[in-house]
Amino acid sequence: MPSLGADMEAGRLVEWRVKPGDRVQAGDIIAVVETQKGAIDVEIFQSGVVESFLVEPGREVPVGTPLARILGEGEAATAVPAAPAPTPAATVPPPARSRVSPVARRRAVELGVDLAALSGSGEEGAITLADVERAAAPAASQDRAGAMRRAIAAAMSRAKREIPHYYLSATFSVEPALAWLEAENARRPLPERILPAVLLLKATALALRAAPELNGTYAGDGFRHSDDIHLGVAVFLRSGGLVAPALRNADRSDLSALMHELRDLVARARSGGLRASELSAPTMTVTSLGEQGVEVVLPVIIPPQVAIVGFGSIVERPWVEAGAVVARRVVTASLAADHRASDGHCGALFLQAIGRLLQEPEKL
Amino acid sequence: MNENEIRTRVLAELTAVAPDVVAAEVEPGTRFRDQFDFDSMDFLNFAIGLHQAFAIEIPEADYPQLQTLDGAVAYVKRQRVVP
Repeated sequence: MPSLGADMEAGRLVEWRVKPGDRVQAGDIIAVVETQKGAIDVEIFQSGVVESFLVEPGREVPVGTPLARILGEGEAATAVPAAPAPTPAATVPPPARSRVSPVARRRAVELGVDLAALSGSGEEGAITLADVERAAAPAASQDRAGAMRRAIAAAMSRAKREIPHYYLSATFSVEPALAWLEAENARRPLPERILPAVLLLKATALALRAAPELNGTYAGDGFRHSDDIHLGVAVFLRSGGLVAPALRNADRSDLSALMHELRDLVARARSGGLRASELSAPTMTVTSLGEQGVEVVLPVIIPPQVAIVGFGSIVERPWVEAGAVVARRVVTASLAADHRASDGHCGALFLQAIGRLLQEPEKL
Repeated sequence: MNENEIRTRVLAELTAVAPDVVAAEVEPGTRFRDQFDFDSMDFLNFAIGLHQAFAIEIPEADYPQLQTLDGAVAYVKRQRVVP
């Protein structure tokens, strides 16, 4: 059972996406688990053959519990699984699969609807999204929202209890960046246009290269720097709460790729198709409340990370350039950072670097 | 395609982007973002939906015209290529 955050203790296995004997490649999705953050796809990190399942669907198990046994290339089958599991280590046959559309299956997990108890109204008795939503008791979605609230409460309480935050803010002109983006978007077909948020994300990721003390995690043995920059993006959910999955290696993606990944990530965050690795990967997070008219965001660090940047609205303000007052679109970036891992000097240089990068958007 | 058909299709694109929106409850003259949580990603997806559903080009400068249901319907009516 993968951990999707410092405060996740257990998860419930919803279904297997493979069966014993199947060949799997690293990165394949092999199971769906239900957590406080919704239904999450679990990937496998090694290639091989599924030998047996160690946990059956419907069971809740602690984080770290082996879910299945995979035989690597050339590895012989063992009679007894060696991994300690709190559940009987017997091979469980895959559950009988009823005809359920993938979107209905996902929604069923989100709403806590038991698919086995439903009769479908679709073709050949297939269970449709509408069937699931009809069957969902209002209480079930309240439970889901309640679980999400508790998860956020646990993480944020821990952050405020344990992390000595310091806060810095800086306001930059984004006029050159937006002018460049408008010209760029005018050349692009609609589905390939880039949102201003992507420029802010890319500038943040690049600035992190020169601020290693802000990129990583803090555990019992101190700060651990990450060589990779996986930028968490806070996505609000319509059902309440938020998740912050990662844009992997955001500093190395070009703007088009980053936009594509962001669009995909937001869609999956809201429809319940995130992968476990995306939720556990962030090495630093960005949150933006600008669209709600907020000019300054002072965010709370998501443990075990050590920093988070909040962007406010892009607003037009009087701005002094070369001794003259001009109208410019500006944005305020605020950094909350863990004083155990870095000092204000480092944070200030980091914010300065974001501002500088935004003045040369063609280099992003 | 008459105006009612366009309106129905525009609403379908809107609810595809924001599944929590009830089509019958959308206030036609009020900006989407003032009625429900509708961020710039939602707006882009809505614009892409209209672009694909009606085969129309939508320059970024025209986005402000699509911020309400009435505005989007009127825009599509003007821009749509008659088959």
